[in-house]
Amino acid sequence: MGGVTPLVEARGLAVGHGGRTILSGVGLSLHHGRILCLLGPNGVGKTTLFRTLLGLLPPLGGEVLLGGSPLAGLGRSQVAQRLAYVPQSLATPFAWRALDLVLMGAATRLGPFARPGPAETARAEAALALLGIGDLATAEITRLSGGQRQMVLLARAIAQGAEAIAMDEPTASLDFANRIRVGKAIRGLAARGLGVLMCTHDPDQAAELGDEALLIERGGVLAAGPVAEVMTAARLTRLYDIPVRREALPEGRLHFSGPSD
Amino acid sequence: MTRRWPGFWVSERAAPPLLLLGLTGAMAAGVMLGPYPLSPIEVAGTLAGRPPDPQAAIVLWNIRLPRVVAAALIGAALAAAGVAYQTIFRNPLVAPDILGVSQGAGFGAVLGILLGLPVLAIQMMGFVFGVATIGLVMGIALALRGMGQVLVVVLCGMAVAALAGAGISLVKLLADPDDQLPAITFWLMGSLAGIKQADVAAALPAILAGLVPLIALRWRIGLLSLGDDEARTLGVEAGRLRLLVILAATLLTAAAVSVAGVIGWIGLMVPHMARLVTGPRFDRLLPVALAMGAGLTVLVDAAARSIAVQEVPLGILTAVLGGPLFLWLLARGVRSWAE
Repeated sequence: MGGVTPLVEARGLAVGHGGRTILSGVGLSLHHGRILCLLGPNGVGKTTLFRTLLGLLPPLGGEVLLGGSPLAGLGRSQVAQRLAYVPQSLATPFAWRALDLVLMGAATRLGPFARPGPAETARAEAALALLGIGDLATAEITRLSGGQRQMVLLARAIAQGAEAIAMDEPTASLDFANRIRVGKAIRGLAARGLGVLMCTHDPDQAAELGDEALLIERGGVLAAGPVAEVMTAARLTRLYDIPVRREALPEGRLHFSGPSD
Repeated sequence: MTRRWPGFWVSERAAPPLLLLGLTGAMAAGVMLGPYPLSPIEVAGTLAGRPPDPQAAIVLWNIRLPRVVAAALIGAALAAAGVAYQTIFRNPLVAPDILGVSQGAGFGAVLGILLGLPVLAIQMMGFVFGVATIGLVMGIALALRGMGQVLVVVLCGMAVAALAGAGISLVKLLADPDDQLPAITFWLMGSLAGIKQADVAAALPAILAGLVPLIALRWRIGLLSLGDDEARTLGVEAGRLRLLVILAATLLTAAAVSVAGVIGWIGLMVPHMARLVTGPRFDRLLPVALAMGAGLTVLVDAAARSIAVQEVPLGILTAVLGGPLFLWLLARGVRSWAE
């Protein structure tokens, strides 16, 4: 990727909260059309790293660049134009319509006193259609399945118009079929040139969807690079502190499993 | 674009005329009903400048109209404060009175009466104490790490409301029993019985000042119902916007309280009624809540002076309506909120 500015870049980044450093020396770069998977055990600081990359927490050291601009110098709306966020689940108690939720992606382009108009509505409808869920537009999100809700959040990230999307375990609470659907949608976004940064608990999913992997252990980065090179049985064994076996399936996919006895 | 919203009763285009019609109807009923009933002909004639009966003209201009306008303003203010609090706290159970803001503002206003301050200063005292109350409630909820938990916020509000109630009782103890105490007691009952034109004029500027930011920022405010982090990643300065909304909603509450005392439940009921019509989008919710809050308060106040020989305080009737609704909301949501 020589010469191309990464969509998201971290250099020597230290993250934590309350003055306590959780991870340090984190480097990563996310490019157009690539999927970068963050893997690591629970509580290691993936969410804290995400929050720092999104500008929700101040870095305790190092720096974050979004599209080549230092995050520290960007306002909320400028950050949102460069990096969209797909939360693990929705935290609103109210029955928003799917289309109204997707319309919120327009907030970065609208002035403080403006409301979304026909242009924003068309854009939101196009984002829903792109993911094949145009028929959900008027549905209330409280009545949707977890998988549908996740797709609506993906549509909002598309409508937001950022070139990079950060996803916090987008398939964690989904059933098998919906994991496949959402996974396909994520690959589709990368095929359209978006950069995707995602946390996942599932090494198989990282190997299947990811182009690159960033393995995070206590205190910092264990390894980073192309999925097939980085995700060795030895490294995952160290990462999760349990013996991990790696197999290559016939179509060249990787499958990871724990001890058989 | 007219689109029928699934689950909602009214289409986007039909809502404004229907609401205006309903509000006008409620205000017409409010003007006519009371111990001295006015006929439509008397009202129309007096408004047109040719009163058929001088007695009717006095009742209309000096008693009924100020009272109906005050009820509409107070209802609209409390409803707007209610939708604002519910949206930014992501909490369908909060309202000005449930958060303790009404009682806090009432304590401030009562102190103002005790000190013999002018009307505007009494309003300011109400506002300052209202802001202090909501700050205290949020501070306690944050310290308990319960700001995101529906019931924790409600309980903190109850506790702080009880404190403010104790403060009010203390002021009543200190007040001059011949002069100040009757004024305080009468005002505290939550009644519009003694409203004069001057009271309406005094409350209007604060109500407008509170409504303007809510109306101007009405679409963006809805994004706060997703939580601060998510709103920020969408490009919203969540902290600043939330502070502004809290100040505006508290000003509305203080203005309403300083005219009519603590009138409970309107700020809880109306947002839920309005949400049934519009869904949770704040830009659609706010105007509907304003109209419904105004209309409902006018009607309840008309009932308060019509159903018995002696006038029933407004607050009693709103509690009869609001208490069961609160319990119903609690029953519906208690499993998902208990966590």
